[in-house]
Amino acid sequence: MTGLEAHAAEVHGAAWTIKEMFVYPNEYIYWSIQIVLYPFMTGLVAGAFVLSSLYHVFGRTELKDMARFSLLFSFALLVAAPMPLLFHLLQPQRGVFVFFTPHFTSAIAAFGIVFFTYSAIVASEIWFVSRTFFVHEIERLRNAEGICNRVRYCCYRGMSLGAYDMGPGADQADHKAIKILSGIGIPVACFLHGYAGFIFGSVKANALWMTPLMPVIFIMSAIVSGIALCMLTYIIIMEYRKLRALRNRKPWMPAKDIAGVEIETVKITARYLVGFMVAAISLELLDLVFRGYTAVKSWDILRAVIYERDFIDIFILQYGIGNLLPFIMLLWPRLTVRRAVVALVLVLMGVFMMRWNVVIGGQSFSLTFAGFMHYHMPFMPHNLETYREGFFGLLTILVLPFVLLWLVNKLVPVLSGGEEETSGH
Amino acid sequence: MISRRDFIRLSLLAGAGAGLGVGTVRAQETAGPRSRWVFLVDTMKCVGCGLCVKACKLENEVPYDLPVTRTWVERYVITGEGQISVDGKGRSVEAGTVFADTPMGARDGYKQNVFHNYTELGSNVVVPPDMIAKSFFVPKLCNQCDKPPCVQVCPVGATFKTADGVVLVDRTWCIGCGYCIMACPYGVRFFHPVYRVAEKCTWCYHRIVKGMKPACVMACPFEARRFGEANKPDDPVAQVVETDRVAVLKPEFGTRPLVYYLGLDENVR
Amino acid sequence: MKSYVLRPLYVVIAFVCIILLARVFVVPKDFGIGERGFMYGWHRKGAEDFWRNFKVKYQTREYCEGCHAQKYETIMASPHAIIQCENCHGPAVDHPVKPEKLTIDRRRDLCLRCHAYLPYPTSGRRVIPPINNDEHYPDTECVQCHNPHSPGF
Repeated sequence: MTGLEAHAAEVHGAAWTIKEMFVYPNEYIYWSIQIVLYPFMTGLVAGAFVLSSLYHVFGRTELKDMARFSLLFSFALLVAAPMPLLFHLLQPQRGVFVFFTPHFTSAIAAFGIVFFTYSAIVASEIWFVSRTFFVHEIERLRNAEGICNRVRYCCYRGMSLGAYDMGPGADQADHKAIKILSGIGIPVACFLHGYAGFIFGSVKANALWMTPLMPVIFIMSAIVSGIALCMLTYIIIMEYRKLRALRNRKPWMPAKDIAGVEIETVKITARYLVGFMVAAISLELLDLVFRGYTAVKSWDILRAVIYERDFIDIFILQYGIGNLLPFIMLLWPRLTVRRAVVALVLVLMGVFMMRWNVVIGGQSFSLTFAGFMHYHMPFMPHNLETYREGFFGLLTILVLPFVLLWLVNKLVPVLSGGEEETSGH
Repeated sequence: MISRRDFIRLSLLAGAGAGLGVGTVRAQETAGPRSRWVFLVDTMKCVGCGLCVKACKLENEVPYDLPVTRTWVERYVITGEGQISVDGKGRSVEAGTVFADTPMGARDGYKQNVFHNYTELGSNVVVPPDMIAKSFFVPKLCNQCDKPPCVQVCPVGATFKTADGVVLVDRTWCIGCGYCIMACPYGVRFFHPVYRVAEKCTWCYHRIVKGMKPACVMACPFEARRFGEANKPDDPVAQVVETDRVAVLKPEFGTRPLVYYLGLDENVR
Repeated sequence: MKSYVLRPLYVVIAFVCIILLARVFVVPKDFGIGERGFMYGWHRKGAEDFWRNFKVKYQTREYCEGCHAQKYETIMASPHAIIQCENCHGPAVDHPVKPEKLTIDRRRDLCLRCHAYLPYPTSGRRVIPPINNDEHYPDTECVQCHNPHSPGF
């Protein structure tokens, strides 16, 4: 035993959990900030994809500008989505076992298969969207000098998978493939996120999580957050481009060439955003009202958590500032880009708080229904664990998709209107 | 014996598994008739000495001074109507107010009539003897449920139920996701501070397969914890479970616990 | 239909094959569906042996009796007969080989586990002779006056 203690071992969760009243000895907040991020990230993935599919499948041509961008962003987010899970595992090197010995009665085991299927669909769709671009680049770089150009040339050769067919009918074939893939992608994207909701909703031991509405609530808020993030990133990038173009502007260039954000695109996308917000909030409120009305055994402790202990997190930050305020801001006539940006940031914050209130809120009361646990997110890391499960772990994961988007954008330029004019459709 | 429905479901699952390239290696049959163990807790006899917790931690190499444990003992005090003392000041409570705690899982037993963790009221709650309506101790451990939700949710098959009914964790295969900890309604699971994988009570599997009693049962001087075999007709514990009025914890979860309790109060969580 | 359209699919199939191939090497041979069916029995058989072969530490009083027969007799004749030797003497493990000597816990705290007065008549405490910890020779070890093997004076 003395040998064991010499390891300076510590109890996972003890660093950020404060217990109060009657709590079982082994209870801690085991699922912390990374598990808040995990549904937040997969939600962004699903939402971004649904946004792009609205154009590809349902032919919402007004979303064309956003569609291509959100598809690529969805891919960047997708690659980043398993990272919070990996950060959270106590044995991250064994994470791959989920692929090797999946236990199909577990919601997490589905992750390997759903995630892989979905990545395959998104990657294929991007391939079809960008194929002609690859072929053009290969032509352009065939005899280009310099190591950088040679590397790019080889990359494009690889990524084109040897499909150089640009003949008649190729364009239609690509379009048809894109349409089919987006069609399959929508249910898979919803499944990817719905099952993240299922992970929580099916935990019968947790009174707050256990509701069949959980997957649906998660999907709706996922779409809300995905659309919001795509719009926000789109606005920021377009404004950045405008600024850069203005700085490099030659006096003889006509002003109309410097295109910024299309306010029409923002307005139309905002309308979809508001629609999904209504659905998400209705479901969440239904859940709350139903719990209060049926008032089963767990309601006493849930009420104490929802209306007293987490009141600010739930009713002020999530519903008030995160839902109601941006809702009014987006519906108020004469929407401006600046107002939209503020509203979108608030929406994203609101969805993040919703994940927080579900994941942390579900663990803030004891299984005894007679005690509470408080979560204190570690700020300055003093070891690997407090980094991974603390504020800097959160930052790492939040920055990751943007780094990935930047990388993806290097190879597959997504934003039309820059120096890399692409052959979008 | 598995029922036909189970068999069909199993074959479908196995088929799906095989289709996805999942091996269906049959586990080797163990020779001899299977034991079906059963655990009995008599809450009327427990004195809250905590010797069971101490023995468990030492027997099963759970770090002694860290606040996690495979088994623990809870204390309950239910008040009448009147004045209790909170941080030395009087405070009136309704009849039937419940105070409960389990400091360090009761590793060192209970030596004082003080509750330290009622931060909402104060940190030193004393219920005077004449205000105590009833008070008792309740030992807790893994229920080795017949339908264990913790096993159902493991994504990699790192936790499982043996043929003789004990739920174990594979320390070389657990990925440390914590889903099983979340799924257990009894809060018996935790992460082992040293091995960093899910850890739980095994009913001292290494002892019971050798015909010994679990360490907590052995250490208990008052027979508050008893261990027996359900499929032996003359087993005294099996007889109590069969003939006496026993209850299980949280039956509403449908987990079918194999730990039976005598004298379980409605206030026990 | 253009022939290149299926190429992404081939890439996906190749990925699946890589994973399935990796499985063959990574997954232990004894992994499979045990007696309890897939839902509760999907595991590595070797893990059972790990727990089966876990080291026993508490050997019970019958083990002690083998060498300390006289001590065994004394305590078995006392009210402390219900207490296992190892509760106070510590787990025997491989004693007398390893550890050669057991560390006996003689602290007052150990006795107080059962004998500290608690006003809980509905619990098992009612059957134990209690002491008031603050008044009954505080700061003295119980073993100075009481013999734990024959506690009744």
